[in-house]
Amino acid sequence: MVKRIVTGAHYGSRDWLAQRVTGALMAVYIVILLVVFMTGSPVSYAVWKDIFAQGWLRVATLMFAASLAWHAWVGMRDVVMDYVKPDGLRLALQVGIVLLLAGYLAWAVQILWR
Amino acid sequence: MKISIYRYDPDKDARPSMQDYEVALEPSDVMLLDALVKLKAQDDSLSFRRSCREGVCGSDAMNINGKNGLACITKLAELPDRVVLRPLPGLPVIRDLIVDMTQFFKQYHSVSPFLINEEQAPDRERLQSPEERNELNGLYECILCACCSTACPSFWWNPDKFVGPAGLLQAYRFIADSRDQATSARLDNLEDPYRLFRCHTIMNCVDVCPKGLNPTAAIGKIRDMLVRRAV
Repeated sequence: MVKRIVTGAHYGSRDWLAQRVTGALMAVYIVILLVVFMTGSPVSYAVWKDIFAQGWLRVATLMFAASLAWHAWVGMRDVVMDYVKPDGLRLALQVGIVLLLAGYLAWAVQILWR
Repeated sequence: MKISIYRYDPDKDARPSMQDYEVALEPSDVMLLDALVKLKAQDDSLSFRRSCREGVCGSDAMNINGKNGLACITKLAELPDRVVLRPLPGLPVIRDLIVDMTQFFKQYHSVSPFLINEEQAPDRERLQSPEERNELNGLYECILCACCSTACPSFWWNPDKFVGPAGLLQAYRFIADSRDQATSARLDNLEDPYRLFRCHTIMNCVDVCPKGLNPTAAIGKIRDMLVRRAV
């Protein structure tokens, strides 16, 4: 294989857009959560558990976790692309990041529907 | 005035060093380039590029007290008593303040910086309305001095893959031109995680541009067009 500089992967704008949309979703969720905490004031474990027993909040929290994972994927991939030069190492790190974020998301599901 | 200058001659020096100069200014010396020309008369081994000496050719771009700029339009009166001059960061040094711009121009050429129009040229000229012509303001003025691209960390890390602010400003200059017919091919060329999307909008390019241009805004407009055509 020739050692030529290769570019032209024909992606990028969708990820850029996804990062903005997921960022906005997370901002909305944080406002919702603040309102819920201010009205419900979770001072004990029981109150906290009741708040998160509501179906809509579970779904919203799951959407937040999914947004965070997607947002972090684009951001972390950007960091790796900026600084890690060897292609094999870059791929390995990207696979590692995907697995880690997928694991976090599965863990969030487990916590929410425990 | 004290001027400390980066000196490096790869044929003679093992490593670069800073050399201090003292220059006696006269009232006729207005710009930093005037002081450099005086120093060149004192020490003819000192090397730097200059040509038009009025901010049009873009030859004498250098790092002045940590910020890229053109020596010919940097006023001596606005500089502190002690000035540190280094070559543009991120590019290979040929000698002293002279850098190898090959990579910079490779990226510039990669955006096809010329009008593409397959139609038969009219007898006189391709006309534009005043509004269409206004779209080119803030784009056509670029003199390719490389101050912006060499101030951009994304260009430092990936000069072979990221087009850089200067190249992207030029890319938008032709995308924005009503006479150009290759918009879609130009956007295809930039729809790439490295070529355009290494820009993280830190705006160093806007901060240093000696012509007061805004490459970040041009990059944003290209990104908007890419998104608009994808959704």
